This record gives sequence, structure tokens and C-alpha cells, in this order.
Amino acid sequence: MIELENVAYSYGGGELLTDMTLNVAPGSFHFLTGPSGSGKTTFLKLCYGALQATAGHVRLFDRDVRGLSRDDVAILRRKIGVVHQDCQFLDHLPVTENVALPLTVSGQDPGGADANLKELLAWVGLTGRADALPPELSGGERQRAALARAVIMSPDVILADEPTGNIDWEMSQRLLTLLVELNRMGKTIMIATHDLGLIRAAKAQVQTRVLRISNRRLQMAGADL
Amino acid sequence: MRLDLRTAARMLQFDERADRVVPPTGFTARLTLFSAFAMSFLVVFALALSLAAGRVADRWGNELAQSSTLRISAPAGEVATQTEAALRVLRTTPGVVDARALTLDEQRALLSPWFGADLPIDDLPLPQLIDITETDGGYDAAGLRLRLAAEAPAAVLDDHARWRRPLIDAAARLRLLGWASILLIATATAAMVTLAANAALAANAQVIAVLRLVGAKDTYIASAFVRRFALRALTGAAFGTLTGIVALMIVPSGSDSAGVLTDLSIQGIGWVWVLLIPPLSGLVAFVATRYAAGRVLEDLA
Repeated sequence: MIELENVAYSYGGGELLTDMTLNVAPGSFHFLTGPSGSGKTTFLKLCYGALQATAGHVRLFDRDVRGLSRDDVAILRRKIGVVHQDCQFLDHLPVTENVALPLTVSGQDPGGADANLKELLAWVGLTGRADALPPELSGGERQRAALARAVIMSPDVILADEPTGNIDWEMSQRLLTLLVELNRMGKTIMIATHDLGLIRAAKAQVQTRVLRISNRRLQMAGADL
Repeated sequence: MRLDLRTAARMLQFDERADRVVPPTGFTARLTLFSAFAMSFLVVFALALSLAAGRVADRWGNELAQSSTLRISAPAGEVATQTEAALRVLRTTPGVVDARALTLDEQRALLSPWFGADLPIDDLPLPQLIDITETDGGYDAAGLRLRLAAEAPAAVLDDHARWRRPLIDAAARLRLLGWASILLIATATAAMVTLAANAALAANAQVIAVLRLVGAKDTYIASAFVRRFALRALTGAAFGTLTGIVALMIVPSGSDSAGVLTDLSIQGIGWVWVLLIPPLSGLVAFVATRYAAGRVLEDLA
């Protein structure tokens, strides 16, 4: 599904990530940990084609990203839902249109998926906030809206970058429950976080694999997690 | 991001939802509208000037190619003999279709704008004028002058070239300048639209990042901007062209033969050019925005 083979990434003359090999199997649940600035976000960006590896190979759905055009990468990205810490919404559009954005840009009629959209907003608990603009949402609501947007195309993989970074414990548990539910539906999940509590809570519910970026390399995390 | 006809057609296809993803941009919208308005207004004038100059150049050119005048300035007793001799020479000159001595009434009509209709022309020692009509190829003026010098020495050939040629050259140059102005205006419009599109794209870097995150192709992102700018340019140009036409109607008109200044109007096929101004402005904006979008999206990748 997502394969990295001896991947390295350099920027501004310095190597940020090196010799990374990973095979993300369908339906798996991965956590990615590491100190701030260790390259977790960069790693995730390599996993959804937003960045090109400077060495090695990244294969998304059996296709080497290096040989793909930007438009081809965009099409592949529709199979990958991404949730960012800062959510990244279009602030001039209401929540419903933001959530339906992947459908809009892929040429599908969000009106046709209206029932799904309502269902999805109900699933993330945002039915009453459908017409609100993103700046009017709380941190937790924004994360849940971002999750709804990430899954509206029914992607095979969901990548989340510090999804609980700006929300309280209770809300992060609620978000985790949604992600675990998606994993049980067969979706592959990878979450970059340094929230150890979140990792422990997830381990109590599903089988997870915890990876750590340390000294620019990818390692399996210890048993303490 | 390639640009073929299918992609271009898709980019221009109205898509309300796609258009909504780009937030409204007041400043660049007004800038593009105003630029297209002002430039189209100027293009109407440049076009009218160019077309009028073209008409004058063509008319004068045709007249020059088809007619010339022979003047017999001889003592009263010799005018008839010299005129007869000159006509004989002219009738046997290749390239001359017809040669005819003007009557007294015709000569009076020629002088009446200056001296009035009741001029006692019979009492004046006026030269006899012979009107020459030429073939399309014309005649050999130098050869004719030599023959006239031998057989009708009082005859002076005026082939109009001396004073018509510089005017025709000036009119032709004015026409060229008109088209050059139109080209410059189109280039300036493209530059302004490119700047405005660059500003809009740079201001929307976050929007572009979000669209890419959710799987938007570059063509889709560029289309949202291209449609907006092309439509603004089209609207501004339509109003500018309309205003230009109204302004042209205010310019006082004179006779067709009076020249450029009193003939600054759009006629016949010229209207096709005028009607093409708004769509061509839209096309210029389309290409300029497409170019700007391509560069900005490449930089942001």
C-alpha cells in the first residue's frame, strides 16, 4: 500500500531523513513518534507524495512516486486521507463545503453524496455546525471536520499529523475512537504524534505498530509503548 | 501542466463549485477590470485610427495610380496647337487609357472654391489642363516627358507623385503605428493581468496547499484562477469597447476625402475587429493567467 525503500530526504544541504524502509500493510494501525523536529511531518509528506524522496523509492499503491507527474500524484492522493495539526481549511467556505472539498476537486457532485455528507457530519458530531465557517470552530471541532474531510472519499489510508496537538484529552479520546472505528472498517491508519497517552489508549483498543524517528532513522519503538 | 485545446476548453467551462474554492479578491478583481476597460477603450481608438489611415492610404494610392494632369502654359495663340500636339503624344503613349482636355466650365469649377463661381475665366491667361487616365500599370513618366519636350514644349506633366507619395507613405505609416499600438496595448494588458494573477495566486498560497492536500490537480487549481481573470477581462473589455464606440461617435465627422481626423470612424469589416476586442482581451487574460498559474504552482510544488 505504502512502501518506502532506503528512502532519504535532504533539504538545504542537510539530510533530514535517511535510509528509511517501511511497508505499510493494508488495514494496519501505525503510530509514528519522535521528538519535535525529528521529521515526522516530513515522513508523512513523503507517504502521501507531497514531497519527493531525494534517495530511495516511495511506492504508493504499487506505483513509484518518482516517475509520476504532479497530476498523477494528485489522483493517487485521493486514496489517502490526510488530517493536519493545523487542519488547513478554506476559511471562506462553510464546514459542509470544506468536508466535501475532495469530492468537488475530483469532479464528483457533492449534492449526489448529500446523504453521506450528513451522515459523516453526524458521525464526527458536527451536524449542528454544518454551516459554520472554519474560524468559528473550536480546536476539537476543526479536527473532527478535518477527519470527516479525510474520509469522505472513502480512502484506503488515513494519515494524521499530530491530530490531537491542539485539543484537550477528552476530545483527543473522541477523535481516537473515530480513528479506531475506521481501522476496524479496514482502513489503514498512520498517526504521527508525541502524545504517548494517545498511543497507550489506542493499544488498548487495536493492534498497533509504533515507529520512532531517531537520529534521522526509522526504528521500531520499545516495549515501554 | 500541458495546455492543449481540450484542457483550455475544460478550463473555461463554467463550474460554480470550482469557482467558489478561490476566495473573492477585491483588489486584483478591480485592477483587472479597470485595466481591461482602459486598454479596450484605447484599442478602439488605435483601431479606428489605423482603419481610417488605411482607408486614406488606399484611396490616395488608387487615385495616384490612375490619374495625372498635363498643363499647357503657352502664349494665347499657341495653346490650341500645343494642346493638340500633347493629346496626340498622349494617345500613342502605352499605359494611357484616356487623355482629355478640360473644358472652360470644368476649369471654372476647379477654381470656383477659391475665386467664386462668377470668375471671368475667359479674360484670364489660364493654362489648359489635360486630364490623363492611366492603366493599372501606368505609363513611363520619364519617357513621356522627353516626348512632350520635343513635340509640345509648353506641356508640363504632373503625375501627382510629388505631393501624393509622402502623404500615402505617412498614412501607411500611421496605419502601421495603429496596429503597433494595438499590439503594445495587448502586451501591456497581458503584463498587468499577469501581475494581478501573480498577486492573487501568491495571496492564495494557503488555498492552493489545501486544494493539493485534498487531491486537486494543477489544472483544476489553475482553472479556478484562469476562469476568474478571463471573465473579468472579458467584462472590462466589453465595457471599454462600448465606451470607446460611444466616444468615437462624438468625434465630428467630415467627408470621406477629408482625411484621417474627420474620418475617424469604424466602417464595414472594421466592426468585426471591434467586436473581437472583448473576446481577444479575454483570451489575452486567459493565456497570461495560465502562464502565471503555471509558474506559481511550479514554485509552490
